[in-house]
Amino acid sequence: MSDEPGLLAVECENGHLSHPGHPICGECGAPRAGAVDLAGETAMVVTWTTSHATPPGVREPNTLAIVEFEVGDQQVRVLGGTTTPDVAMGDTVRPVYVPELRDPEAGIKVPESQAWDGYRFEPVE
Amino acid sequence: MAPGAAVGMDVALIGASMTRFGQREEWILDLLAEAGRACLADAGVDGADVEHCFVANMASGEFEGQTGIMNALAQDLGLVPAYAQRVDQTSASGGGGMYAAWQSVASGASDMTLLVGGEKMTHRTTAESTDVIASITHPAEYKHGVTLPSFAGLTARAYLERFDAPRESLARVAVKNHANGASNPKAQFQKEVDLETVLDSPMVADPLRLYDFCPVTDGSAALLFCPADVAREYADEFVVIEGIAGATDTHVVHEREDPTVMGAVRDSGTAAFEMAGRDPDDVDVAELHDMFTILEFLQMEALGFADHGRAWEQVQAGRTERDGELPINTSGGLKSKGHPLGATGVAQAVEIYEQLLGEAGERQVDAETGLACNVGGFGNCVTTALLEVAG
Repeated sequence: MSDEPGLLAVECENGHLSHPGHPICGECGAPRAGAVDLAGETAMVVTWTTSHATPPGVREPNTLAIVEFEVGDQQVRVLGGTTTPDVAMGDTVRPVYVPELRDPEAGIKVPESQAWDGYRFEPVE
Repeated sequence: MAPGAAVGMDVALIGASMTRFGQREEWILDLLAEAGRACLADAGVDGADVEHCFVANMASGEFEGQTGIMNALAQDLGLVPAYAQRVDQTSASGGGGMYAAWQSVASGASDMTLLVGGEKMTHRTTAESTDVIASITHPAEYKHGVTLPSFAGLTARAYLERFDAPRESLARVAVKNHANGASNPKAQFQKEVDLETVLDSPMVADPLRLYDFCPVTDGSAALLFCPADVAREYADEFVVIEGIAGATDTHVVHEREDPTVMGAVRDSGTAAFEMAGRDPDDVDVAELHDMFTILEFLQMEALGFADHGRAWEQVQAGRTERDGELPINTSGGLKSKGHPLGATGVAQAVEIYEQLLGEAGERQVDAETGLACNVGGFGNCVTTALLEVAG
């Protein structure tokens, strides 16, 4: 059994997907009804940046990407760090679980107020 | 009723002020009082005649540990028992304050409303300030260490690639706004920069470099609002708010259908133009929220000053320079004038006010209609206002 939480796209009653989830679907207003785990899928890099001025508790440099998963006939976009600064638009990537993405104690937020684990993206050949 | 449809009475601006922007020794309460006093003096209005007071500020509690600043200001300026309220709309707090102050007068609830926006930031390190501002993001974004500058890097890359725009066109925004700021005695940076300096500056959020970003700033700005018929008692010539509206876009930036479209700018702009009965061709001067150079392109396009993907061509051609067809950010913009978060939306309107009344000194352009667009988050919440001269 894995302790990984999954990279969840929330699905509304009408099948619209979003990440992160919201109480109400942004597309149609229906309540959330389930979730699809994207952790085992691959995605395409839509755009990326490498941030050299990072806040307390964040790795430096911090390469971030917006990636797009294809789920059936829908596209779901996710923001996350990448495992390497060597990425390009159009690259195929896969999610890699990271238990702590930044130091929860170092920033302005109350550590207990949110999750700090998640997925970074690793280019695949 | 359509959003932005005109209601109530015509709202006038009869006073304006801004403090020197930059690194200031004063703390938030003194900065607000400095701009507020100067604004009342500019209008010749006694504090006792103020009925409503709005204070635009994003994070005095987080930056300085000082809260309750609207009550402090009301007493410091001799406004008691005026109604006082703080407006927080992140980087668009000033624009949110404009909208609140307009509503307070247009509704008939107040005959004299003071708006003061301000922020005190420079006592914090850049990393700390960046974190305070990044705390506006969704937890799913924040945990990755996303910052507002990194959203700009992500968006700039997508824009340059998709529209085949040269990197240099973004640098031209910085060069233009620094040239304007060099003529603004209250700007944080009163010096010109050249293209090479911008393009060779340190990388901050690839492909954007240091000179693509506004600085961290202390400062305050203020405006005085009243019904147009009251304004005539104080001034022969004044400014009226012909159109004003606000809108939101998704909180989560990557959920937007097209990362190169600022939906809340488009929606607030459309409503403000509709309320004023004007269109983009009527605008003679504009202050846009150039927190990052790429945002000036995206706002020009969302407001209808340029087609989608084409704003960079206008900047390259010099159309938005001070002597161009549509001067943008004659104040120096956030880039050069500085960006004390809560003050910015107010200071943008102060620049338009001075341009319309012929009080802009070296920066003066020929303008009858001006526009100010104030952006919160990375386009999360936006207000757009159209101002004209009346008398």
